[in-house]
Amino acid sequence: MSRLVIKNGRVIDPATDLDRVCDIGIEDAVIREIGVDLSATGSEVFDATESIVAPGFIDMHVHLREPGFEHAETIESGSRAAAAGGFTSICCMPNTQPVNDSPTVTSYIVDRARRSALVNVFPIGAITKNSAGEELAAIASMKQAGIVAISDDGKPVMNARVARRAMEYAAALDLPFIEHCEDLHLSGDGDMHEGLQSTRLGLRGIPRSSEDVMVARDLILADLTRVRYHVAHISSRNSVQMVAFAKQRGLRVTSEATPHHFAISDCEIRPYDSNYKMKPPLREHSDVEGVVQGLADGAIDAIATDHAPHAGAEKMREFERCPFGIIGLETAIGLALERLYRPGKITLPHLIRLFTANPARILSLDRGTLRVGAPADVTVFDLDREWTYDVNRSLSKSRNTPFQNHQFKGGPVAAIVAGQIVWRVDN
Amino acid sequence: MSRGLLDIESLTRQDVEAILTRAKDFQPAPRESFKRFDTLRGRTIVNLFFEASTRTRTSFEIAAKRLGADIVSITAAGSSVSKGESLVDTLNTLGAMRPDAIVMRHSASGAPHFLSRYLPIPIVNAGDGTHEHPTQALLDARTILDRLGTLDGLRIAIIGDIAHSRVARSNIFLLSKFGVQVVLCGPATLLPCEMEKIAPGVSLAYDMERAIRGVDVIMMLRVQLERQHEAAFPANEYFQFFGLRPEHVELAKPNVVVMHPGPINRGREISSEVADSQRSAILNQVENGIAVRMAVLERVLAA
Repeated sequence: MSRLVIKNGRVIDPATDLDRVCDIGIEDAVIREIGVDLSATGSEVFDATESIVAPGFIDMHVHLREPGFEHAETIESGSRAAAAGGFTSICCMPNTQPVNDSPTVTSYIVDRARRSALVNVFPIGAITKNSAGEELAAIASMKQAGIVAISDDGKPVMNARVARRAMEYAAALDLPFIEHCEDLHLSGDGDMHEGLQSTRLGLRGIPRSSEDVMVARDLILADLTRVRYHVAHISSRNSVQMVAFAKQRGLRVTSEATPHHFAISDCEIRPYDSNYKMKPPLREHSDVEGVVQGLADGAIDAIATDHAPHAGAEKMREFERCPFGIIGLETAIGLALERLYRPGKITLPHLIRLFTANPARILSLDRGTLRVGAPADVTVFDLDREWTYDVNRSLSKSRNTPFQNHQFKGGPVAAIVAGQIVWRVDN
Repeated sequence: MSRGLLDIESLTRQDVEAILTRAKDFQPAPRESFKRFDTLRGRTIVNLFFEASTRTRTSFEIAAKRLGADIVSITAAGSSVSKGESLVDTLNTLGAMRPDAIVMRHSASGAPHFLSRYLPIPIVNAGDGTHEHPTQALLDARTILDRLGTLDGLRIAIIGDIAHSRVARSNIFLLSKFGVQVVLCGPATLLPCEMEKIAPGVSLAYDMERAIRGVDVIMMLRVQLERQHEAAFPANEYFQFFGLRPEHVELAKPNVVVMHPGPINRGREISSEVADSQRSAILNQVENGIAVRMAVLERVLAA
């Protein structure tokens, strides 16, 4: 029987409306008690004085690259980076090699995670076979094997008829349908957001309408099928408004935003540096404002990193030839504090909700709260520690980040998974 | 970062003036051949063309030789590039041979900017994708100065496939530094509205007559069918609406200068009558290419 007491932190659990300085007693991987001056006799003690103690953070959108692209990331290395970013649960997208479109691949991931991962790993299954957008994948069997949602992330389901069928099927299974919203014809061969900056730099543009058109189509189909529909990495101000409108209409619609989409705009791109290349692309200042507003007013439910590792050589090329995506697990909390909490856009409990209770609700996970009896996943972070991100010391296997040498104020202090301290900050 | 010439946008007006003034020294007197200099004797320049080009590559070669430099030209076909070597590896390999400068053309926008972060050798951009072609804008400016004596306060129309034109971007950035009123004209699908905001003094027109009326200079662009991945305009009516014909020239100032970066498509974007007329400065542009590139190479290699 192992016991851990987290002492004297400011405990914030939005799911139970808790916000006070107290202790948390953990026993056998479950939260046993919350209170002041809990006895620590015979227990390991974690001193959380001056820190925030929150439910374990959940990143509902990461790419772990295993199986198939282990040179860029593995379930183990990705889970270490997650822990170092303060996450205790991550959901991995199915665009591996082979694609996670069958219970065999799902079971492989679940098994690998059980053996090697530092944090909880929840697989997301493909919507269509090989994510090719044509035939439905073995969704129900994958659900039995452990997937928590379906998505063809990296690609949209371009065929509306296929999307409709998948939504109907998912609705009956009560699985969320997560869409990478992009009309591929409108995106063309685009490399960055279409606007003044792409025109200036002579780079092909990905218009905002590419995202908006797909969000609009999907909202209509979600209304038809009554599926639990979720927009991945929302980036366009118009799409945020459409999601808000759909919510008002009572649709079962949710959305997530990445830290980079609420933190930087296309004006801040270092020209032709592929560490600023991702899909959807960094958009204009007004879109960044729209995303921040959506996070504040509830149109956007969750912060997810879209952690997308690529090995060095793949990103060291001509901009138009580099793959899309950046890593993001280790900088998410720092950016959220810097761009959302400190400027007063979002309160601390709300910020925590975006990382915990909301993603847990979207994915029907029995986590994201510090309620007595819940799994003992805890994230400890602080608001004041000054630190500089050095990607060369990242626990990810990849180095593709635009936030190298970024100076943060506040960030993760420890990640506790099932009552075990799996990561804590040095010094 | 090493001093090269990556784009016009980051130059000051003074930088541009210095190059244009120096280029004048390199122009031969009428009916004379170019003079030879030995300013760059013992220096080595690599001319690295990842994209086909005859005139620009030759122009840089002649410019380098006239300054006494040794120049080696490499084209992508038959080089290690076609064997799958990455751009960084190719440039590192060449860099290890210690040339004094690299002149580079590449089909990807920003390729020279990307490389200049990793290579200590100065890079001269000889055209990067749909971004910039700085020496073209400089030779165009030299040609206008030769004909009209000034750039300040001129009104200049640039007509054609603006969206995909590195010549247009470099010219817009250069001319804007001199207070030129630049009118961009072309089919709407090749003329993104953001163009109006990329530099001061730029306006858009979708009609040739409006664009050309009262201008001092008409710059035609090559219609790059090879860059068209899709049908962005109906090719069969392009010449009717955006081809330059004698009646258009009549709308401009009497001493209007007609320019084209070449190679020209007669009957596609410009009629033969106009291309071969007294107004046409097309061959002067080619000639000035050498003088301007001499000035650029001298500036980049002066150390």
